[in-house]
Amino acid sequence: MNLQKNSYFCCENNNNANVDEFFKPYLRFMKDLTKKIAARYNNDPTRLMDILLDLHEVQNHVSDDQVDTLAKILNQSGASIRETISFYHFFSMKPLARYNIYLNNSITSVMRDRQSVKEAFEMDCDIEFGQVSEDGQFGLFNTSCIGMNDQDPAAIINGKIFTNLTPYRVHELIKGLKSGQALDDLIYENHGDGNNSDPDVHSMVYNHIRKKSIILKKDYPFYEVLKTKLKDVSPEDVIHKVEASNLRGRGGAGFPTGLKWRFGRKIEGEHKVIICNADEGEPGTFKDRVMLTEYPEMVFEGMVISAYATGADIGLLYLRHEYKYLLKFLNRKLDEMRAIGVLGKKVAGISDFNFDIRIQLGAGAYVCGEESALIESLEGKRGEPRDKPPFPVEKGYLGYPTIVNNVETLATVVKILYHGADWYTGFGTKDSLGTKLLSISGDCKFPGIYEVEWGTSIKEVIEMCGAEEVQAIQVGGPSGMLIGVKDFNNLNSNELMKWYKPSGMMIAEKFFDRRLSYSDLPTGGSIIIFNKHRDLLKDVVMNFMDFFIEESCGSCSTCRNMPFVMKNKLQKILDGHGVRKDIDDLLSWGKTLKASRCGLGQTAGNPILSSIFNFRHLYEQYIQSLTDFDTGFDLEKSIQASAKFTHRKASLHSF
Amino acid sequence: MNKKIIATTSLAGCFGCHMSILDIDERILDLIELVEFDKSPIDDIKKFSRPVDIGIIEGGCCNSENVEILRYFRENCNILVSLGECAIMGGLPAMRNGIPIEECLREAYIDGVTVGENTEKIIPNDKELPILLDKVYPCHEVVKIDYYLPGCPPRADLIWNALYALITGNEMDLPYEVIKFD
Amino acid sequence: MNQQVKIRIDGQEIITERGKTIVEAARENGVFIPTLCNMPGVKPKGACRICTIKINHRMMTSCTTPVADGMDIENNTDELNDIRKSIIELLFVSGNHFCPACEKSGNCELQALAYRFKMMVPRYPYDFPRKEVDSSSPKIIKEQNRCIACQRCMKTIVDEDGRHFFAYEDRGKDLRVVLDPILGKEITDELAKKAMENCPVGSIIYKELGFHEPIGTRKYDKEPIGSKIES
Repeated sequence: MNLQKNSYFCCENNNNANVDEFFKPYLRFMKDLTKKIAARYNNDPTRLMDILLDLHEVQNHVSDDQVDTLAKILNQSGASIRETISFYHFFSMKPLARYNIYLNNSITSVMRDRQSVKEAFEMDCDIEFGQVSEDGQFGLFNTSCIGMNDQDPAAIINGKIFTNLTPYRVHELIKGLKSGQALDDLIYENHGDGNNSDPDVHSMVYNHIRKKSIILKKDYPFYEVLKTKLKDVSPEDVIHKVEASNLRGRGGAGFPTGLKWRFGRKIEGEHKVIICNADEGEPGTFKDRVMLTEYPEMVFEGMVISAYATGADIGLLYLRHEYKYLLKFLNRKLDEMRAIGVLGKKVAGISDFNFDIRIQLGAGAYVCGEESALIESLEGKRGEPRDKPPFPVEKGYLGYPTIVNNVETLATVVKILYHGADWYTGFGTKDSLGTKLLSISGDCKFPGIYEVEWGTSIKEVIEMCGAEEVQAIQVGGPSGMLIGVKDFNNLNSNELMKWYKPSGMMIAEKFFDRRLSYSDLPTGGSIIIFNKHRDLLKDVVMNFMDFFIEESCGSCSTCRNMPFVMKNKLQKILDGHGVRKDIDDLLSWGKTLKASRCGLGQTAGNPILSSIFNFRHLYEQYIQSLTDFDTGFDLEKSIQASAKFTHRKASLHSF
Repeated sequence: MNKKIIATTSLAGCFGCHMSILDIDERILDLIELVEFDKSPIDDIKKFSRPVDIGIIEGGCCNSENVEILRYFRENCNILVSLGECAIMGGLPAMRNGIPIEECLREAYIDGVTVGENTEKIIPNDKELPILLDKVYPCHEVVKIDYYLPGCPPRADLIWNALYALITGNEMDLPYEVIKFD
Repeated sequence: MNQQVKIRIDGQEIITERGKTIVEAARENGVFIPTLCNMPGVKPKGACRICTIKINHRMMTSCTTPVADGMDIENNTDELNDIRKSIIELLFVSGNHFCPACEKSGNCELQALAYRFKMMVPRYPYDFPRKEVDSSSPKIIKEQNRCIACQRCMKTIVDEDGRHFFAYEDRGKDLRVVLDPILGKEITDELAKKAMENCPVGSIIYKELGFHEPIGTRKYDKEPIGSKIES
């Protein structure tokens, strides 16, 4: 493959003087472009994400020359710029293609025959995944869950989402592109429901809202709280109402929202910042996608309310790159809000309340869903979680006190203020009030968004979505865990359980009576169902481990290395080389991950650990009965390569 | 007291660890009171003649013969000791690990700057030669190893202390100064 | 405001000052908490996780956590020491640490910690990843086989304009610390030497200098790491 010849923008490292001469205008063009784009953001290094995103918008990569130019403008070393570029999945230092196809490799995609879709792409584009075609037309890439689990396999092509892919659809798509049809035209043939057909969204994505309760019910006019209620209540009152509702953060961790706001209000700062975390990346979660498509007004309204309560003046919504197709639409909504005076200066007619919102697009990194990593990313850096303390509420974005809330939390706040805390506390259970949006996918008839009251049992969930022959359920995504069978052989379960603080879990049939609540089964809302025909270890657990290996930021020595070590051990067991000690090793090795800085690292072993807890029999069936020692070393296999290269029979020497 | 039977071998090693065994100086006289050597390069016994108490392995496994000898040791020795860095982690021979075997052989016999006259570009492949493994394996990644004595070479004091403890059945007393990786 | 705070480490009472990190307070009071990425005077970033301690049953890194009055800290426990040892072992198997051939051997903090924690062999299989050696700078060699991504060079080797010579590249398992190709060519003698000194392992080597200290006289030949703190 020779990109040098074919790619319009590829011109660095070329030794041929004539070619150099030929490319000179492009080099100059690229340099000017870099300068122009950096100037757009006042040459501010904390806006590096935007600078890079804009560069990619024009030319789909950043060249070495441009990095040097940027380094000069931003007064950093080139290495520091590349540090950020190389961190994000959707940034590239190599020229990409005209059409870059990112095929989602989430488990739900794999379950719906991703393999044949992948093969179809490879055949039609005549390249393998990870490559760019020689003519520079097509690039094929794997990507982590893109939040389309209810319509997988799905792919992102130049920012547009293509769902429910089949080999047939792939052939049509590539044929269309090859024949010169515009990408947009290929979308128009099939719009999704609701706002997906909005001219600024233009997407074939379906919302799949299957069950509406108090949040999703459109029982109030948007911005009503801002227009009519806010000026009559003090910030203290707002916080008080949120506290009275007992609302807890809906991202998964469940921190009391009112308390967070109270901290935020109390801490002094030149500026204060409200961040809406729309970097939903936990595989199996897609509720924020639907909220932002159908209820962006409520999310933004919640941000304004939160700003009013805490005294914030800066608003940021961090939108995951995978949802870029919503960006234009969301920005339009913000403009509409400014036009009617519920955003900007003197918001909602309150004289000293100035607050505006900017949407920051991410660039592909699961870990940025962690609030401090998200803040790092907002500051133009790698999305590496920060050490705590200090917490973001003390020292967050650019050092200002920062309150980070989930999309769903913010929307819920609006309803609480509209209907009152008393109304809200009438729903749910004693320890978990209100409702929760579930993103249900996997082996069920009706994948989609279900708003259920807390306290709903897993059994009800199964019936609700039409799942049959259920073998297991992953609650809370891969970082969740599998609990259950307590009588596992010679292990002291209490001792082990104290190591695992799940943000959700994968559960076996025996526990389907368990209920979704903060005291029993807490969850960020991801529910993936596996029926009896699925291979939980080979397909599901391995997929989840690959996910963590791919998405680790790498900063902690534990999370950088351990998931890979554990995955290899599991592979060894699956290869038939397992001995009893291997299972014990996995359980014991997983403990080291608990020393990691953030939730990603701490839970990165959970797919293996939790499946051992609840599906130990699946492991046992691979364990050899005749030996208790096997390193997995295979002499025949290990001499194959050298025998082949030296043209020898791989027969063994006898000394 | 019955003398303990000891066997030693050097796989992908440099015999430095064996030299270090000899470095126990005059204590070697004490040693021969306590042990008898079976298969070992020291006495040139090629095959095991009886069950062995302690097998000492120098070097990791870089070819098929190393693996077979190591397995032969495991079958015949009650206790196996990995002696030195190469046995424990592959050592310098393992610097080739991570590089495909084809690239290694080509570099060693054809392309390398130190390759002399090899006009026919021959890579040795006589059937008498052991076949190289895809990488150099530490001994414990091939067979079960009971004790590890690190060092390059392991200090003579480490070898003596450890061996003495194993022979007499006493606790090992290994001071900080003697456990080193270089 | 009272600047004095009282903390307990493994039951031992320590009086220290507000603003210090746990590791600093411990160090000044004769308590050794193993560290690797931490450097006195440099803003900490709990990257190696070796200084993990427990407060209220919660694991925290002692290099990043400031002391607070009444803190009850677990440090020298079997559980924590096993995690620390396991991290050291992970670092050994995930790189290519050929101690016998390393210029830093004997002065290497990773190796010294392995000695202190009596690592005879890592519990994990060796990975033997392929890594590159960058010798493009006239002054230093960046030996990626030995790098443990501790960030010490990234944080301390900076030119007058505040530009960093070293930075991360990629992420996850592929993460590496790289030398900026342009700045690397112009690095001063002084900074190059400082880079080598600040590297806890042998990943930054000052060219034309190696193995200059005889075995037996190196930093950790006779005394375990941390002995100076504890004495």
